[in-house]
Amino acid sequence: MKSDNLSDWFFMILTFLATVFGIILLSALLVLTFYEAVGWLDIQFLTSSPSRFPEKAGIYPPLLGSIMMIAFVGIFSVPVGVGAAIFLEEYGGGKKITKIIEINISNLAAVPSIVYGILGLGLFVSTLNLKPGIVLVGSLTLTLLILPVVIVASQEAIRSVPKSLREASIGLGATKWQTIRNVVLPSSIPGILTGVILALSRAIGETAPLIMVGAATTIFTAPKDIFSPFSALPMQIFMWTDMPKEEFLHGLAPAGIVVLLAIMLSMNAIAIILRNHYRKKLRW
Amino acid sequence: MGSLSRVRERVIVLFLALCALLTLFVTVSIIAILLGESLVFFSEVSPVEFFTGTRWTPTIKPYSFGVLPLVIGTLMITVGAGLIAIPSGILSAIYLSEYASERTRNILKPMLEILAGIPTVVYGFFAFAYITPYLKKIFPDLQAYNALSASIVVGIMIIPIVASISEDAIRAVPRSLREAGYALGARKPRVILSIVIPSALSGIVASFILGISRAIGETMAVTIAAGRTPRLANLLNPEDWMKSIETMTAAMVEIGMSDVSGHSIAYKSLFAIGLTLFAMTLTLNTVSYFVKMRFREVYQ
Repeated sequence: MKSDNLSDWFFMILTFLATVFGIILLSALLVLTFYEAVGWLDIQFLTSSPSRFPEKAGIYPPLLGSIMMIAFVGIFSVPVGVGAAIFLEEYGGGKKITKIIEINISNLAAVPSIVYGILGLGLFVSTLNLKPGIVLVGSLTLTLLILPVVIVASQEAIRSVPKSLREASIGLGATKWQTIRNVVLPSSIPGILTGVILALSRAIGETAPLIMVGAATTIFTAPKDIFSPFSALPMQIFMWTDMPKEEFLHGLAPAGIVVLLAIMLSMNAIAIILRNHYRKKLRW
Repeated sequence: MGSLSRVRERVIVLFLALCALLTLFVTVSIIAILLGESLVFFSEVSPVEFFTGTRWTPTIKPYSFGVLPLVIGTLMITVGAGLIAIPSGILSAIYLSEYASERTRNILKPMLEILAGIPTVVYGFFAFAYITPYLKKIFPDLQAYNALSASIVVGIMIIPIVASISEDAIRAVPRSLREAGYALGARKPRVILSIVIPSALSGIVASFILGISRAIGETMAVTIAAGRTPRLANLLNPEDWMKSIETMTAAMVEIGMSDVSGHSIAYKSLFAIGLTLFAMTLTLNTVSYFVKMRFREVYQ
């Protein structure tokens, strides 16, 4: 019986090790990255342009490019994503088209991101004749990429509003749209915001679609407006990883990665705080 | 209620419907663009040459557009990533659903999800800057760009997909089946391996397929770590894992970053690879969906 206990225990340990294997490996790699980034992360790094001299190089233009692009992705994706979610949840019940759209959305969510890059190239650059590599094209392309995620998150938020609230509003004589605008949307905004911020934090790490729509690999001035050519943080990290000099691979690239991960982490933290804050406030 | 506000309400509903229909437009555009440009490409390069050719030199004369080396490259990464993610993912799923306490699970699961949230360019950096130099100590023949470390990081990033979908399938196995196993005197690992896993098999297989589909579309990690050398590698030859390869996605990045003109065949080949990639992932996702549906029917 003792050997049975031992093999039971061994099996459990095996499954446990498999669970933590990836986590431990990732933690080790992150520690290495932070360790190499430390000497390079300073104000100069955040405020300078890329340079072929590692000690002068910085991340300002791609950092601003990423922030600007992501702001526009938010502006574009929220109205369309929430609009689509409202339609599917409030007006689409039981219709065949709703079912088709929902299956389509889950398919879109599984399309590789580089294919969205090709879509952006074909749709915005070749068909609409926008200039390749400008902030607008990058933002529109990533908007299409995260739209399925934004719609699904908004649908869940809208679905969680109790039916009784809607009925109370209709009972008081409000129209369907008045009910949606004054009752459903205000109650589901925290859930929608959380989903949107998480989707944006995913979009800010995307590289492949931006390469396909011609975003610059290295750029020396920050974008002025939505029609300026731009680069993004992950593009710059990719460039530094590809450069022959040791300082780029083992200094600037890790420093860029720390900045990128810090932005993503803060966005996730904001999303979680928002969710917890409103969860306490809204009780039904 | 006046007719004016009724009109307003109609207009709003129309706008909302358009938002929802936009998602269909996106799918139609993807297919139209990929098919349209691919047709132009296939009018210059025969599909037979594209799908059976063994040389990929889109920008070097003599031009050759055989996609097989790229498909082999993608296959290599997919197999390597699968060898890591499938065992690790399924064992994690077993631990999280059968062994972990609620508290441990609430800590470990979000941590596991982080693996899928790290940008792929960062994984590429990890592989190239840390994993390859480390593995070089064990395999001195390892090249700076190689299929081995690229498939390791792709494997790690798809563990959460395999683990979370497998876990859902394992959790859906009714408790009564487990109890029956215990009543017959089986011990826990036995119950898990002979009863729970076989009962959840279709969901677990669906998770493998989805993970594989994600690995096929993975771009930055393989571009950075596996290099850009289109090559007809032999998957069974360990030496080929030590060398640089090129996947379909890496070839797309290479063409996207080069300054080929929008009218060249090289540029059009981008869409032909894109179409092949899209068809492969769509097929896998659909298969995975139907496999999963089967398992749902069994226990409801």
